[in-house]
Amino acid sequence: MKEVRPATRIEVALLVAAAVLPLILQALGEDYHIGFATRLLIFALAATGLNFIVGYGGMVAFGHAAFFGIGAYAVALMMTAGIFSAWITWPVAVAAAALAALLIGAVSLRTRGVYFIMITLAFAQMIYYSVISLEFAGGDDGLSLEQRSTLAPLDLANDATLYWVTLALLSICLIALKRLAASRYGRALTGVRQNETRMAALGYPVQHIKLVCFVVGSAVAGLAGALLANQNGMASPSQLYWTQSGMLLVMVILGGVGQRFGGMLGAIALLGLEEVLGRVTEHSHFYVGLALLAVVLFAPRGLAGLWTRQK
Amino acid sequence: MNTLLGIAGLKRHFGGLWATNGVDLEVAAGEIHALIGPNGAGKTTLIHLISGALLPDAGTLQFAGTDITRRSTHDRVALGITRSYQITQVFPHLSLLENVRLAVQSRRRDWGSSLRFWRPASADVRMIEEAEERLVRVGLAAAVSQLACDVSHGEQRALELAMALATRPRLLLLDEPMAGMGPEESEHMTRLIASLKNEQTVLLVEHDMDIVFRLADRVSVLVSGRIIASGTPSFVREHPAVRSAYLGDEL
Amino acid sequence: MTQLILEQALNGLQFGLMLFLLAAGLTLVFGIMDMVNLSHGSLYMGGAYFGAAAAQASGSFLVGVVVAMLGMAAVGVILEVLLLRRLYLRDHLAQVLATFALILIANDAVRMIWGPQPLLLNPPAALAGPVELFGFIYPAYRLLIIGVGLAVAVFLYLLISHTRAGMWVRAGAANREMAETLGVNVRQLFTIIFALGAALAAAAGVLLGPLLAVQVGMGENILILAFVVIVIGGIGSIRGALLGSLLVGIVDTLGRALLPTLLRATTAPEVAAHLGPALASIMIYLLMAGMLFWRPQGLFPARA
Repeated sequence: MKEVRPATRIEVALLVAAAVLPLILQALGEDYHIGFATRLLIFALAATGLNFIVGYGGMVAFGHAAFFGIGAYAVALMMTAGIFSAWITWPVAVAAAALAALLIGAVSLRTRGVYFIMITLAFAQMIYYSVISLEFAGGDDGLSLEQRSTLAPLDLANDATLYWVTLALLSICLIALKRLAASRYGRALTGVRQNETRMAALGYPVQHIKLVCFVVGSAVAGLAGALLANQNGMASPSQLYWTQSGMLLVMVILGGVGQRFGGMLGAIALLGLEEVLGRVTEHSHFYVGLALLAVVLFAPRGLAGLWTRQK
Repeated sequence: MNTLLGIAGLKRHFGGLWATNGVDLEVAAGEIHALIGPNGAGKTTLIHLISGALLPDAGTLQFAGTDITRRSTHDRVALGITRSYQITQVFPHLSLLENVRLAVQSRRRDWGSSLRFWRPASADVRMIEEAEERLVRVGLAAAVSQLACDVSHGEQRALELAMALATRPRLLLLDEPMAGMGPEESEHMTRLIASLKNEQTVLLVEHDMDIVFRLADRVSVLVSGRIIASGTPSFVREHPAVRSAYLGDEL
Repeated sequence: MTQLILEQALNGLQFGLMLFLLAAGLTLVFGIMDMVNLSHGSLYMGGAYFGAAAAQASGSFLVGVVVAMLGMAAVGVILEVLLLRRLYLRDHLAQVLATFALILIANDAVRMIWGPQPLLLNPPAALAGPVELFGFIYPAYRLLIIGVGLAVAVFLYLLISHTRAGMWVRAGAANREMAETLGVNVRQLFTIIFALGAALAAAAGVLLGPLLAVQVGMGENILILAFVVIVIGGIGSIRGALLGSLLVGIVDTLGRALLPTLLRATTAPEVAAHLGPALASIMIYLLMAGMLFWRPQGLFPARA
């Protein structure tokens, strides 16, 4: 039998704690918080996808909101067309985000550095402006969902169920990320991040490797978008706007670039701080901003870097 | 003579300068072929043209019977042409073992594509074993688990050689492998390259004449973008045009 | 139709010149310090608020402009000295995080001081009406903005191409190490450039105040347009920023005005109704993506 490493034990303990959270909240009569916890997990999922692109693939993508939003709009649009089953709409949301990423990535990956930042931003803005000028997509108002997706035999209308489904998807994603990082592909991706020229000279199809990374990370954002549409009851243009891309990137940097739990930590820390501060002040963003500045100056490797000591 | 690489009438210019101005060159299978020439003669340009980093304006490149004149770098690596760089190109934050293992993994004909996402790479034990063997062979057995950025320059160059060899090239292009090395490191590298004799075809660019004459089966002299002489070391050493154009009267 | 096109072309010119005020500082900071500064839009917003408050208090628009420029230049110096200079050598991710944090801080700081409601900023009374120009009517205030924008462009051109400080700036954009070996006090130069950029952004904010709303979040939209401009023009190039600004201003304005009409004439009405606005609003981004694809260094590459 394989030995169970302590790190894995902590992970399992955290997972169990996360799984029983809704029961505790229900017992305390704080049901509102289940929705908030779901939101945290959804953003954790989206940020994890982005961290794969930024931290593992070394590509600073500044248009992640586009794929996040595409997932949400895919679910909302299919609902207006009468398709409610998550078994259909969620995979379609993922596929739509992946397809968009394939097209955008194929063009954008011809550039690098700041130019890659700018071209991904440009494409995301194109998608934002296209969506808000489309009447059937609800324009500036976005699209409301008639109801949550159906996921027979589960009942997503129940907040706790949606939470558990989200938790399961996030867990699967994090496990897959671990496998992926250790696979031949993951090793090759690390090589590309560290020295692209060398990888090309070794005969690796560098552009393919990067494109796959971009598409996979964006597809995860599509899934997160589908979940967020269900949680919010709508697909909103603000989800596509560049500040959302900025927020997701901030989560990744805050949590720890290239750290497996970096995206999750960053999402929970940022949204959690916003929520807690929001209770005591109208101007929570002011203090969130100050906290972020402190992280930039004093914890350059992000929160995950604070306790994973590496050379 | 069994020609592995055949170059005919190769030309490449930058602005008004013909860096490569009608090069004819044959590299035979199994030989160590040295390319020498004064600074600015166009040696690195020629290496770029052979590896595919640059495309020629005129002329042809034949490799093992295939016309590779317009092929991409990627295709050429797949056909068996691997190069090392003048400036060290390794993966700085990976262990030496992983550096070489990645080079081993790149051989698609042996292992298939690198687009495999689920099975841990560490499960491919043969890749790791081969990487270890190759590190042992270049004298880096003691440093396998160190990060590439933590070892000396000479060790990085040896690592590069191990990586290049791990792609199992049919033709190995070495662009000044001794660049920036001290005498001891340089001697070590010379012995490593000498150990490839008769089993690996090498096209070697090198400044140090002593090393060239020790290692090379044949030598070609590049001056102003043209090969002015090509033959055995002693033939080249005695060639009048070489003596006047390049070696001066010192030899 | 001619009246419409002419008017829209002038509007495009006016918008482009304002974009130039914003882009000039951004492109220098980006090009010379290699710094992705997302908070440049906040300097623009800060300028609009400073200007609106000062104009209300003093009753003079001109006082508003001066206060906005001096005030934001001071804010720029403080920001540069306390924070940004620590970021020049960090990677782009750290810069994104820090300057995004500044956006959050600035937006809430403005809300704390002036409240969530937009501020009212009136153009100077003398310029409130239209004027007649070669037989057609155009708002006097917009004409003033065009004049100011052109004047600033000329001023910057002279500054960059004919003064010692300008030579340092050009040297810094082309090759930073080289500039340092030439004995340029790079630290001080960076502070000055940043303050100048902040003052110009503030000028754009206060001048556009009467035309657009002075409100929280006004910087976010226009910041991205400024990035589009400098990418098209070539990062680090003032000349590129000017040309890029005019291109973006005119393409955007004319596109919005004319594309729907054009499409209605050539395609089915319902297609035109959907496609027109969508196409008009993404045109400049298409322009930028195309530029990055075919000529990533922009129209006027600052680095050789």
